[in-house]
Amino acid sequence: MPELPLSQPSQRSDASRLESGRPNSAGPIIDFAPDVSCLDVEGLSLAYGGKPALRDLTLRVPRHRVTAFIGPSGCGKSTLLRALNRLHDLNEAVSRQGSIRLEGQEIHAPEVAVDELRRRVGMVFQAPNPFPMSIYENVAFGLRLQGGLTRRRMNDIVEWALEAAALWDEVKDRLRASAWSLSIGQQQRLVIARTLAVRPEVLLLDEPASALDPISTLKIEELIRSLKSQLTLVLVTHNMQQAARVSDYTAFLHDGELVEYAPTASLFTNPRLARTENYITGRMA
Amino acid sequence: MDITSDTHSQHISRQFNQELEELKTHLMTMGGLVENQVLEAVRALLEGDSRLAEKVRDRDRQVNDMQLKIDDECTRVLARRQPAASDLRLVLAVIRATADLERIGDEASKIARNALSLIESGTTVRGLVEVRHISEHVRKMLRDALTAFARFDTELALQVVREDEAVDDEYGSAMRSLMTFMMEDNRAIGPVLSVMWILRALERVGDHADNLAEYVIYLVKGLDIRHMDPDQIDEDALKRRG
Repeated sequence: MPELPLSQPSQRSDASRLESGRPNSAGPIIDFAPDVSCLDVEGLSLAYGGKPALRDLTLRVPRHRVTAFIGPSGCGKSTLLRALNRLHDLNEAVSRQGSIRLEGQEIHAPEVAVDELRRRVGMVFQAPNPFPMSIYENVAFGLRLQGGLTRRRMNDIVEWALEAAALWDEVKDRLRASAWSLSIGQQQRLVIARTLAVRPEVLLLDEPASALDPISTLKIEELIRSLKSQLTLVLVTHNMQQAARVSDYTAFLHDGELVEYAPTASLFTNPRLARTENYITGRMA
Repeated sequence: MDITSDTHSQHISRQFNQELEELKTHLMTMGGLVENQVLEAVRALLEGDSRLAEKVRDRDRQVNDMQLKIDDECTRVLARRQPAASDLRLVLAVIRATADLERIGDEASKIARNALSLIESGTTVRGLVEVRHISEHVRKMLRDALTAFARFDTELALQVVREDEAVDDEYGSAMRSLMTFMMEDNRAIGPVLSVMWILRALERVGDHADNLAEYVIYLVKGLDIRHMDPDQIDEDALKRRG
């Protein structure tokens, strides 16, 4: 586990920080430096129709680890998550500065095809959104788009993805049934299987369990832990206990800024900043 | 970050504020009780008051009950609130502190039992000067540790930690002079051994007060200084942290 006490805040001087109009005089506290980073966000600012949502944010997401983004509503955590696979491209009102690199490659570079980026960086949303087709076809959907697979190979991958999403045993006898016949928790795991089928390198999870009952939530959390040997996971959650349970690293965002980013165990037992402490302990700021 | 003694009253949930406040209050009540136990056990010995010694011995059950009650409250807070950061450290510090206070209670009861047997034997007791001296010293440590806990005062806590070494030295030299008494007069062996047990119990009270002070530093700074040599504790590092 990379836990070097190396701080790498943004490169700005104090003067430029004041110019940006935000009172983050100390800059973020970043309490570790990943050995191997998968995603490098640097100086990322993002605004919706001129209204800033992320302000000069710099952080590195370590490979094959679970990183959680936490913070109050409107802090920018979902905006940041969506920026990681360019979901904001669809919204013309969004303006962006700064860079995001996936395995060293700038994701906004002209040669990067968005659909290939989204295959490499999959996303799962709060409400499960299975397609109106069978369980099997849901998982095979992305594979069919890619094309070039034999039926047998396709079957293997569908089984593998459902296994990886911890759903296989529950659905193996009814693969042709409608995806909508599944419980909400199963639907969410099906959506994860659909994302896994195209072999992403990163899985972005935006409140993946907030619509689920406690048992389904635990299954999703268990799944998140089991997947990190194969891919990098980034989780946005309002549920701090969930972040504490499943993530290796936690970034606390507030007002579009990164406030504190540290190994989860130390952030939840001994945060360095009062803003973090107040948020995770449920105190008034 | 550093926390202050009123940090725990700023939760959005007032009920949670109240639960944490109660933990602290109950811990202080238990602290007051064991402090008094030590005081009265030593007084019983010095004044030859066997009824007081019996009272101390019998009151140990109250101390034990308080430990169970506070531990139970801590368990409930952990289960219901899943506290984090300084709230979590407070609950852990309280659980640890009750264990040490309970042990101090045991030491007080041990002193009372030895005092009783000395009083009943009716022999002249030697070494009482040392007992008085060390008991005053460890009682001050205990009082300071509890004050440091109540006020989240790490400087006072650090003083207590440093004080423990002085008590250990005093204990060593008291033991040496008691050994001399025993060698001089073998009829004194029985009573002197009882006094030695009492001194040993007082020295242990000092150790537990030292532990309490360490929990204060953990609670406020998030820094675990248990098993650290007092000379190695870097005051600047303590100040910088947070």
